[in-house]
Amino acid sequence: MRYMGMIAAVAASLLVSITGACAASAEKGRVAFREKGCWQCHGYEGQGGANGLTLARTQLPLEAVDVFVRNTDGPMPPFSKKMLSDEDLADIYAFLSAQPVPADPKTIPLLAH
Amino acid sequence: MTDLNGKDGYDRRKFLTGAAVAGVTPALAQMGAPAAAQAQAAKPPHAPSALPPNAKTIAAEIHPPEELSRVGGKPGSDFMIDVIKTLDIKYSPSNCASSFRALHESLIDYGENKSPEYISCMHEESGVAMAHGYFKASGKPLLTMVHGTVGLQHATMGIYNAFCDRVPLIVIGGNDMDAAHRPPGVPTFHAAQDINAIVRDYTKWDDTPVSLQHFAQSMVRAYTIAMTPPYGPVAISLDAGLQQEPIKEHLEKLYIPRYVPTSPPQGDSNAVKEAARLLVAADNPVIVADRVARTPNGVTLLIELAELLQASVVDQGSRMNFPNTHYLNRPAGAIPNADVVLGMELSDFWGTVNTYTDNGEDGVGVNGTRLKPTTKLISITSIDLLTKSNYQDFQRFQTVDVHMGADAETTLPSLIEAVKSAMTKDRAAAIEARVEKAKKAHADIRARELHAATVGWDSSPISTARLCMEIYGQIKDLDWSLVASEGNVSNWPARLWPIDKHHQWLGRSGGYGVGYGAPASIGAALANRDLGRFSVSIQSDGDLMFAPGVLWTAARHKIPLLAVMHNNRAWHQEVMHVQRLANFRNRVPNYGADRGPIGTTIENPDIEYHKLAESMGWWARGPVKDPAQLGAAIKEAVAVVRSGQPALLNVWTQPR
Repeated sequence: MRYMGMIAAVAASLLVSITGACAASAEKGRVAFREKGCWQCHGYEGQGGANGLTLARTQLPLEAVDVFVRNTDGPMPPFSKKMLSDEDLADIYAFLSAQPVPADPKTIPLLAH
Repeated sequence: MTDLNGKDGYDRRKFLTGAAVAGVTPALAQMGAPAAAQAQAAKPPHAPSALPPNAKTIAAEIHPPEELSRVGGKPGSDFMIDVIKTLDIKYSPSNCASSFRALHESLIDYGENKSPEYISCMHEESGVAMAHGYFKASGKPLLTMVHGTVGLQHATMGIYNAFCDRVPLIVIGGNDMDAAHRPPGVPTFHAAQDINAIVRDYTKWDDTPVSLQHFAQSMVRAYTIAMTPPYGPVAISLDAGLQQEPIKEHLEKLYIPRYVPTSPPQGDSNAVKEAARLLVAADNPVIVADRVARTPNGVTLLIELAELLQASVVDQGSRMNFPNTHYLNRPAGAIPNADVVLGMELSDFWGTVNTYTDNGEDGVGVNGTRLKPTTKLISITSIDLLTKSNYQDFQRFQTVDVHMGADAETTLPSLIEAVKSAMTKDRAAAIEARVEKAKKAHADIRARELHAATVGWDSSPISTARLCMEIYGQIKDLDWSLVASEGNVSNWPARLWPIDKHHQWLGRSGGYGVGYGAPASIGAALANRDLGRFSVSIQSDGDLMFAPGVLWTAARHKIPLLAVMHNNRAWHQEVMHVQRLANFRNRVPNYGADRGPIGTTIENPDIEYHKLAESMGWWARGPVKDPAQLGAAIKEAVAVVRSGQPALLNVWTQPR
């Protein structure tokens, strides 16, 4: 039943206009990422850690992220729209997408050897 | 009588004389009047009131007496020290208390404060955790003395950690048991019928000796039991009267039993053969190791077994069991692909091969399996030989196909021989064919870890990957030992530091009782100081604040330790727990003025740990927030530690 619900949610989400994403603000997203608690598991820059995946420069589309965030039954608890509005989510997505490309470890002396 | 100036009342001198006569009179009255008269008549001539002193009297008056002891003979606690010294216990990290004052005095005076040397602690939990860390660095147990009631109450969490982590240590609790003779008031508040009751559920053994000979037997027995795998803490309740009273040599001829180590339990030969048969026949065997390597030899043996089978090894890290530089080392993600899993000294076999997701309906977690239906499970664990009922450290029950109640390191030689015997040419060829694929997989994992470390490399607060690699950059050429890493740094040391020696990682607390990190680090650093190793700990903020007085102990006893703080300004596990529950209940958590849910952060004000450490005699700097400044700060701290002093660096870090 959970998966059925998730599929329905994905379908519904795909119908959502991406207008919100276009108007999203990475700077607002940085604030929302901290205020809404995302940093707790994913780190302040979305770098990930023991309890959360790396989100920085995510390759997933916003719609898929939206479905996951609203409906996850995995290790991450779901965030309802009451807890995280669509606008906040779009801003967070913009913030994560705007993260700089990480350096090649070979160029960092501490990681090069 | 009422005139305080004595004018109209009794003369004080006459009153005293009268009282003296009055005191004699009843005695004379009891003799009867005629007898009294005879006694008066038979009195010898009155002797001069002052005779000239003889030489002996003069000597006694002008020289201090040679023997000041008020104890008639050798104190019982001196004999106790004689017993303890036979066990070669090097230190006793303790907080002083009246209920073991006699043993304390005997240790530092009669025993010359050697073997064991008294280490001054601010808290009993610190003393126990120091012994915990010391053992894991040295393989030698320590003895800690505590007040039998309130001190043991302080010590309990540390003892539980040691029990869960299978670490031997000896706790002696002073207790004044004789209700008719012990001092009233505080000492009686601090007395109990059975002090060990509070720790009986998480000690291997305890005793209450009632004679000195009984103590000698109890002490050697306690040491023997603690040091027989599975290791564990033991407790002795020590009566204050027994400590203080002199040895009654006319009643007992005391002797000290000789300590003889007990051979560890080894797996049954038939079970070992069956395990070998399954492993040799497997196409994808996975060895999971948690507390296999009690000694460096355990690492050597595990490498031999893994290479014989070309089996992946998942090191769960309660000890350093297997080099992470070895191409067969794997993360836990290897387990689902296994057709045979050999679990060795696992603290949680169920959790190793199953999943639990804390995201189910109504807040109840969801169970799942990591295994294929046909996967065979083998367990070798000595923990089955030390299972108690109350505390649930034995974890969920997991059915396995071959179940050996035995010490894994002791069983490894026979298992290796059994694998060699079971090996056919065909199987040997098939196993050999895995080598190149395994090496490539290991290299790929290493490359992914390096890339993961680069994300947020220049962030402030400092990423845990950057923190760990800046530390490693400054210690890599030393004989280093990562003595503890409390708080969660996303396991970066095990992911990035080359760890191939047993002492380079000592494992975690065992029972996850927060407050282990600081004292255990200092205990391990004490051992490493004597062994010539450089000790480093990754010290979390919440852990340090449970009993920060142990910092003073390190400075007082000149214990060199580099403590680099993972200061994420929160009890971060709880930050996430409360957030999770708020999400389940669809409520926006109340953060107050903080970054996380109220009650889970350590900020407003921020604690200046560097000043705290400095106030107790440490070299300390911070807070370091800029990653570009971190390396130089660590370099300076390393130089201080190498000069023999403890150093702390307060670093603001990302949450994990």
